[in-house]
Amino acid sequence: MSSIKVELKQCEIEKIKEICQSFNNDPGELINVLHKAQGHFGYLPAEVQEQIADELKIPVAKVYGVVTFYSFFTMLPKGQHPISICTGTACYVRGAEKVLDEFRRILKIKVGDTTPDGKFSLSCLRCVGACGLAPVVMVGEKVYGRVSPDGVKDILGEYSK
Amino acid sequence: MIKLTIDNKNVEVTKGTSILHAAKSVGIKIPTLCYFKLGDMPIENRPGGCRVCVVEVQGRRNLAPACVTEVTEGMVVKTHTIRALNARKTVLELILSDHPTDCLVCAKSGNCELQTLAQDMGIRQLHYEGQQSHYREDTSPSIIRDMDKCVRCRRCEMMCNEVQTVGVLSGINRGFNSVVSPAFEMNLDHSVCTYCGQCVAVCPTGALTEVDHTNAVIRALADPTKTVVVQTAPAVRAALGEEFGMKPGTLVTGKMVAALRQLGFDYVFDTDFAADLTIMEEGTELLKRLGEYLAGDKTKLPILTSCCPAWVKFFEHQFPDMMDIPSTAKSPQQMFGPIAKEYFAQKINVDRKDMVVVSIMPCLAKKYECSRDEFKHYDMPDVDYSISTRELANLIKQANLQFETLADEEFDQPLGESTGASVIFGTTGGVIEAAVRTAYEVHTGKKLPKLDFTELRGMEGIRSATIDFDGLPISIGIAHGLGNARKLLEDIRAGKSTFHAIEIMACPGGCIGGGGQPLHHGDLSILKARQQALYREDAGKPLRKSHENPFIIQLYKEFLGKPLGEKSHHLLHTSYFDRSKLPIYIQAKDHE
Ligand code: SF4
Ligand code: SF4
Ligand code: SF4
Ligand code: FES
Ligand code: FES
Repeated sequence: MSSIKVELKQCEIEKIKEICQSFNNDPGELINVLHKAQGHFGYLPAEVQEQIADELKIPVAKVYGVVTFYSFFTMLPKGQHPISICTGTACYVRGAEKVLDEFRRILKIKVGDTTPDGKFSLSCLRCVGACGLAPVVMVGEKVYGRVSPDGVKDILGEYSK
Repeated sequence: MIKLTIDNKNVEVTKGTSILHAAKSVGIKIPTLCYFKLGDMPIENRPGGCRVCVVEVQGRRNLAPACVTEVTEGMVVKTHTIRALNARKTVLELILSDHPTDCLVCAKSGNCELQTLAQDMGIRQLHYEGQQSHYREDTSPSIIRDMDKCVRCRRCEMMCNEVQTVGVLSGINRGFNSVVSPAFEMNLDHSVCTYCGQCVAVCPTGALTEVDHTNAVIRALADPTKTVVVQTAPAVRAALGEEFGMKPGTLVTGKMVAALRQLGFDYVFDTDFAADLTIMEEGTELLKRLGEYLAGDKTKLPILTSCCPAWVKFFEHQFPDMMDIPSTAKSPQQMFGPIAKEYFAQKINVDRKDMVVVSIMPCLAKKYECSRDEFKHYDMPDVDYSISTRELANLIKQANLQFETLADEEFDQPLGESTGASVIFGTTGGVIEAAVRTAYEVHTGKKLPKLDFTELRGMEGIRSATIDFDGLPISIGIAHGLGNARKLLEDIRAGKSTFHAIEIMACPGGCIGGGGQPLHHGDLSILKARQQALYREDAGKPLRKSHENPFIIQLYKEFLGKPLGEKSHHLLHTSYFDRSKLPIYIQAKDHE
């Protein structure tokens, strides 16, 4: 998992302490702590993980282990327009993989990464419950159905102005 | 008690026993891979993940993993039905399908538990071909991580987290990409790793191995311009024989000396000599601080031993607020270096840059210790290469020496002379016993009535004893394993410790169980046999107190002056560094 370097401001350190305290600094609550922290920061850079490890008095390797185990945690800031491609069974069968390849090709990034200009990030999702529209792509909150590889350019065009 | 039958044998065991241990109690062996236990010590790994140990239990539809399944009353277990054997084979073949097959050139070949399993199960063909996971190799001063060979048993993680409480290694990622790694997939040398090597000691495969310096040593030996001096740590002589099929606990001191001489070392010396020197310095420091303590300065005690480099790195990372508690004495390895290159080199008229000092150590942390900047002079390390007991065995095999048949030889003088006190440095409890022998006589001015302090000996993780210094009770603590050390340190930090002196060794058992020793595969009786061997060697020595070593006396007279003197301070003592704040250093990804 790649990451960017950040320096935590005092108020951010305080925020992390507050989040940990809201779970009584209980190492058993690590997943919930990480959830809340990601909710606040948008992602979990290494420095945030270190601070959490310090607060919960557990090795930072353990924190990193949990962050990399669950796909909903990310160490990279999401793009301005986070793109999620459903790779659930229905979408997969209807060609989600090809759609994904097209996003990767045009944006020149891998799943989990963000474009250098910070505009787009790419992730995969399990079934989002709209199988009738498969394959499904989401950009931010907006849902696109029956997306074909050819349609990818148009979707990106909407956000590239 | 629970009664059951295993392979038609009646077995009776206590409640809570696993099928694996119940079977073992009646001599039935079930193969295992992820499971690990070090004798009756509280060191156990049982994630129940690999399923190499499956057995058939009557009345159950699925096969049961023996290491995590508890016995129940009336249970009927079959350990080698066709079904169990086939299931194990399948499991193993799947593991092997994501494993390199370069056994022939793997450092672990011949000692690898995965290889042994494949042979024992008669695997001659791999039916599953799949993608192989690839990771970048991580080389540190002591340890190489080659995660392509990791079978995800997580024994290393258990050692590092639960036993050593260092917390460097953790399982990361999931599925195909899962592996054991430091945080952020950083290299070990950017982590708080102590290089104790205990992860290496329990890794069943070649995923974790030591950095191999044997070729560098061979090159030095072949260079006619170099005078190559070797020093051998106490614990090596009690274990080296195992690599040649000898019984654990066989002392091979004389054969080892003979082998080193045949390998071409110009001077075969003993780290034990430096251990005697350590006692002179550390013992004097103990008495000095005891004096200050008795005069009212309570901050001067306890004093902690400092001869284990993994332990030193541990407190530099984790207890930087307590760095003036350990003795400032260097480890014997690092005392030997400058004595060889400053004192002995002069004596034989060799320029220090033409002298190469090699150490044979039971330890992987000693490799790292050699690389520390404060142990370099004129841009050259005081000790050039540190190789493990295992590497020495390889060197001897490469040279085609018939180790078993070598006639015993004696160390060279002067740096090969040693006392019994220094021999027991290799086991938990030994350093402090050696210190007590000298400190007692210097402090009281009296001869010790008996030299064996059995109250300091043993294998329990934390031990304590009070020694009567002629009316002055001296309270002594001993810890081996860094998790046990942590407990004693936290007591000191909390002001709860009543010890005057504490000995700490990073490895369970002390250096006899070091990360560079022949692999024990969880058999604690091997460590105990090595420990007994060292006490035997001590008991058989004509001199058993460091301050009686005639060449130590001569060294102080000719060269050093007195313990804690100006020259000692410069050559034999060191200082510690706060390593609590490490920068995060994220490398390229481990895998794609
Ligand atoms: S050498 Fe010791 S501290 Fe380092 S990773 Fe291995 S067990 Fe942990
Ligand atoms: S590195 Fe070795 S001990 Fe650690 S999980 Fe992998 S195979 Fe097991
Ligand atoms: S206990 Fe001995 S072998 Fe283990 S790290 Fe310390 S010095 Fe090395
Ligand atoms: S599989 Fe994509 S929405 Fe259900
Ligand atoms: S040895 Fe029992 S599951 Fe691995």
